[in-house]
Amino acid sequence: MNILEHEHVLLQGLAANDKKAVETIYRENYLTIQSFIVKNNGYPDDAKDIFQEAMIVLYEKASSGTFELTCQIKTYLYSVCRRLWLKRLQQMQRFNPSVESIDEVIPVEEELDVHEKRNADLIVMENAMNKIGEPCKSILEAYYLQKKSMPEIAQFFGYTNADNAKTQKYKCLVRLKKIFFAQYKNGE
Amino acid sequence: MDENLLLDAIERYKNGEMTAQEKTFFEEMRKNNPDVDQVAVEHTFFLNELERLGKRKSYQNTLSEVESNLVNEGIISKKQSKGTAKIAYLWNRYKKTVAVAACIAALVSISTATILSTYSDKKQSIGLTPLVADKLNKLENKVDQIEYKLDNAAVGITPKPKFAANFRATGFLIDGRGFIATNAHVINNARNLIVENKRGDQFIAIPVYVNKSTDLAILKVTDTSFKKIIMPYSIPRASAELGEQIFTLGYPKEEVVYGEGYLSAKSGYFGDTTSYQISISVNPGNSGGPVINRNGEVIGIISGKETNADGVVFAIKSKSIYKALEEIKTSESIKLPTVATIKGLERVQQIKKIEDCVFMVKGN
Repeated sequence: MNILEHEHVLLQGLAANDKKAVETIYRENYLTIQSFIVKNNGYPDDAKDIFQEAMIVLYEKASSGTFELTCQIKTYLYSVCRRLWLKRLQQMQRFNPSVESIDEVIPVEEELDVHEKRNADLIVMENAMNKIGEPCKSILEAYYLQKKSMPEIAQFFGYTNADNAKTQKYKCLVRLKKIFFAQYKNGE
Repeated sequence: MDENLLLDAIERYKNGEMTAQEKTFFEEMRKNNPDVDQVAVEHTFFLNELERLGKRKSYQNTLSEVESNLVNEGIISKKQSKGTAKIAYLWNRYKKTVAVAACIAALVSISTATILSTYSDKKQSIGLTPLVADKLNKLENKVDQIEYKLDNAAVGITPKPKFAANFRATGFLIDGRGFIATNAHVINNARNLIVENKRGDQFIAIPVYVNKSTDLAILKVTDTSFKKIIMPYSIPRASAELGEQIFTLGYPKEEVVYGEGYLSAKSGYFGDTTSYQISISVNPGNSGGPVINRNGEVIGIISGKETNADGVVFAIKSKSIYKALEEIKTSESIKLPTVATIKGLERVQQIKKIEDCVFMVKGN
């Protein structure tokens, strides 16, 4: 298997939330990123945060379906991490103008802007979820995220039948949508 | 249509759970009814976001799981290094910085120490100006040379031990037999010393007492031609009072100069208790001159002035002369005058009498 195929498989695994693929990418890239960050005014813990963030960016790309990697995963992750770390340094006022970049770097600024926007949207949804309270949160999560059937949910949450559970789910959904769209439109 | 049912329909449509017939009907309804379409678009977007959150969360769980596995394997360093590990880490990270900082600190302390020691060694020369005229002007040197030639040419007059002096200051008799008090810094390193009275008579003198810490020196006139003088002033042991009117005679130039002032503090430079601070106008050459009060008592000896301030002059207390005499009493017996004959005289009369006892101290 050549490198390209190998990486293609990895990305497919990543999109499917495959633990093995994630682990392989970690093993192949984490130490490079850590040494880059430690050399540039950071701690190993900073490296963990930055690498996780970069992995999420890569995941979003891989699972968007339209993604074609134009360079090696290694280069992509390095570019993303470098960009993220520069931004972090600037925020912390620890900016070190001589951030070294001997390695190949591709421009990722625009992608990261998109990523940030999507992150912000997700935060809106998460906040809305946290606001509706129990049992709404659990019911909605069970139905929409864990894809459980209505009879299962009725049994689990102690409703007499699936219809009752469905009515409850509907009420919860309306509340969640109300909170979500109120915040989402405020944020626009 | 009930919204509950509509949302349900949208979800089923999205998930592909509708039969072909239902699907056609649903699509038809969206096309004909913009409100329904609006709801459908909104709800689809909402469901996608919700799904994305779910996926993201499970992906993040995977990430954390993988990370902690790798931490356990030792591939990734443990979270939050603590204690010695943290110190070791910080040390590794900052050792260069620490080294540079240490070098700078060392440099700074060494240079500070050097500056401080230089400063304290030369305290006198930095803050204090010794009042010795050490650059005699060329004219004076010429006059000296001419006098020297004239003296040599004149028959019947013993040639005087003349030399080209390179400094000039003041001194005054403390014993009529030829003992003269002046400053230690005046005769510092001088090879030859002469004293000269206001008439220009010169006498060879040698130092019999030099104390650099009090800045007091006592010279002895060795020339036999020196005739005993009766002292018009006294030298008291007691301290002078603040505000006393004082005057001095000295040689800031080739003739005797009178100056008047008052005693402004009982301690001198940097709180030095062996001297007074006086306010008087003095110039280089006044060093070693007597500070005399209206009763004709020599209360001190002018020693220097503060460089950065005007009219701040320091004078050694007369008590120091007594201390000096104690130290040399085995080799020289000096008797200080204790009665001032000029007490109560007019200032002009006082000066006329004192003039004879104030000498120019020259040397090279």
